[in-house]
Amino acid sequence: MSLLSVQDLAIRFSTGDGTVHAVNNVSFDIAPGEKVALVGESGSGKSQIALSIMGLLAKNAQVSGRILHEGRDLLTLSQDALNKVRAKKIAMIFQDPMSALNPYMRVGRQLTEIVELHEGLGRADARKRAIEAMEAVQIPDAKNRIDAYPHEFSGGMRQRIVIAMALICKPGLILADEPTTALDVTVQAQIMRLLDEIQSELNTAVLLITHDLGVVAGFCDRSMVLYGGRMMETAPTKDLFAAPSHPYTRGLLRAVPNINDAAGELRAIPGSPPNQLRPLTHCPFAARCVDAVEQCRSTLPELTGEATKRACLRPVEALS
Amino acid sequence: MTSAKARLQSQAFVEDVAEEMLSSRSFWADARARFFKNRMALVSVFMLFLLVLFAIFGNVIAQWSYEEIDWNLLGMIKEEGGPSIANGHYFGVDELGRDMYARVVQGSRTSLLVGFVAGIASVLIGSTIGAFAGYFGGRFDSIVMGGYTIWLSVPYIIFFVVWQAFFGRSLGQMILVIVLVNWTAGLLIVRGQVMMLRNREFVDAARMLGLSDVAIIFRHIAPNILWVVVIYTSMVVPEVIMMESLVSFLGVGIQEPNTSWGALISEGASTMTFGTLWQLAFPAAFFVIAQVSLYYIGDGLRDALDPKDRL
Repeated sequence: MSLLSVQDLAIRFSTGDGTVHAVNNVSFDIAPGEKVALVGESGSGKSQIALSIMGLLAKNAQVSGRILHEGRDLLTLSQDALNKVRAKKIAMIFQDPMSALNPYMRVGRQLTEIVELHEGLGRADARKRAIEAMEAVQIPDAKNRIDAYPHEFSGGMRQRIVIAMALICKPGLILADEPTTALDVTVQAQIMRLLDEIQSELNTAVLLITHDLGVVAGFCDRSMVLYGGRMMETAPTKDLFAAPSHPYTRGLLRAVPNINDAAGELRAIPGSPPNQLRPLTHCPFAARCVDAVEQCRSTLPELTGEATKRACLRPVEALS
Repeated sequence: MTSAKARLQSQAFVEDVAEEMLSSRSFWADARARFFKNRMALVSVFMLFLLVLFAIFGNVIAQWSYEEIDWNLLGMIKEEGGPSIANGHYFGVDELGRDMYARVVQGSRTSLLVGFVAGIASVLIGSTIGAFAGYFGGRFDSIVMGGYTIWLSVPYIIFFVVWQAFFGRSLGQMILVIVLVNWTAGLLIVRGQVMMLRNREFVDAARMLGLSDVAIIFRHIAPNILWVVVIYTSMVVPEVIMMESLVSFLGVGIQEPNTSWGALISEGASTMTFGTLWQLAFPAAFFVIAQVSLYYIGDGLRDALDPKDRL
C-alpha cells in the first residue's frame, strides 16, 4: 500500500514564448517510511513535482494526471481541504533557509503558529511543542533561542528550524527540496545525518529532491532519475550506483569528480538540456546520448523493468 | 602590553561585551536606538507632546469659553482686544470678541484629532486594499488600480463642497470625507512591497504549512511592511492637517462656532490689514509648530526604519 501515488503527472506552463512542458507523464509511488530520491539537473522538473504535490504551483501552470494521497486526489482538493493536508500530512523543507523563514517573526512564533492552527493548541502548549521540535533538530539552548529572530541564527541552524517547521506536526511524508544546497559541506553532512535520525525515529517517508548524487548515495533506499521532465530510470540506490542502466544515469555518475582519478578531467555530458517548448515525441536524451540510434530519435520509450526500471531502447546492460 | 590591549583581554571586558553581543537586538530595537539619536526628531516629539497636552488640558486655565463673546471689548477690539493677562484673554480676542486662547485650544483639538484619526484611518484602509491587490493580483488588482487612477482625477475640494452640502459640516463628517478622499494613501507603496514579498520563499513556506491567505497577509507579510506603513502614516498625518486647514481656510471646513487652525488662520488673515495681527499670529504659530514637528518626526522615522538610504 503506497502512501503517495503519482500517476501520469504532467505539468505545463503557458508563458510568453509558448507552452513549457516541464513534467511529462511521470508516475511513481512512495511507501510509508520509504526514503526516495528524485535526481535531476536544473530545469528537469523535479521541484515542480514537489510543488504540485503541495498545490503550490505558479498560477500559469496546467496540471493533469493524479496525485493520490490516502485515497484522495490532491489535485482535485479545494484550498481549504488542501490546507488541512499541508504540514499535517505532507510537509516540505525548502531549499534556502535564508529566505524560507520570515525575517520579521521570531522563530518560536513561526513554529507555534503551525501547531496552533493544525492541532488547536493554546499558546503555552504550542510553545512547549516548539521547544521540543527545536530540541529534536538539536538546536542548543532551545528554551532561550526560541525568542530569537532568524537573522540571529547561522545558515545550518536556520535550516534546522526549517526542518523543525516541517516536522512539528509529525507528517507522514516530507518533501525535501534540495535541503542542503545552500549550506556548506560540513553542515550538509550534519543536516543529512539529522534528517536520517529523525526519519528513522518517526518513520516518516521522505522524498529527497536533489542534484547532488553524493547526498543520495548516503541517504535514500530508492532513486528516480529525471531528465527533461521525464522519468529516465528508477532503481534501488545501490543498484543505480553500481550498475546504472540508462545512459543518462551513467553520464551523471561519470560526471561526478573523483578525487582518486588521476586524469583530473571533468567529464561533462556533451550538449545542453532539451528545449521544453515542444511536446516530447522521442527520448529527450537522444540528442546527447553517445549510444543513440536512429530509432531513439523517433520513439518515446516507456519505463520498463522489474526492480530497475528504465525508459531506454538501448539500456547500458544490453550493450555490454 | 599596552593598556588598551590589557583591557581587551581582561575578563571584565569579556563579561561587559558578552551581555551586549548575546542580547537579542530586533529590528525595532535597532530602529528605536537610531530614532533616539536623532536630536531634531526628539525635540519634535517633545513639541508635539506639548501641543497635544495643550489641546487636551489648555482649557483648564482659559478664562472664557471658545464661543462666548466679551461684550466689553466689542467695538474697540483693535485698541483693547490684544493679548492681555489682566482681562483673561491671553491671546487676545477675535473680531467678534471671542477669546482667542480658548479658540486656539479648540482649533488644536479639531486639527490634531482630524489629522491623526483621519490620517491613520486612511493609511490603514489604503494599505489593506493595497496589500490585497498586491497579494491576489489579477482582476481584483486591475479594479483597484482602475479605481485609484480614476480617483486621482477627482478634484477633492469640489468633492468636499458637494459632500458637506449634502451631509453637513460636523467633525465626524469632516473625518469621514477626508478618509474618503485619502483612501489611496499608502495603497501604491504597500501594493508594490507586497508584490515583491509575495514571491519570497517564506510566503510559500507559510502556504505549505496550511495557512490561509488572510493569515499570510496579516501575520506574515504585514510585519515586513509595517515600517513602510509607519513612515507613510507620519507623512500623511501632516498632509491631512494641511488639507483640513486648506478647506477650512476656504470656508467649507468645520462649522462655526467650532473651529480649526485653518479656519482661525483664515479669520486672522481677513482682519490682518486692520492691525489685529495676533488673530493670525497665534493660530499660524501653532500650525507651523505642528507641521514642522510632524515632518521632522516623519523624517526621523524614515531614517530610523530605513537606514539603507542614509549616508
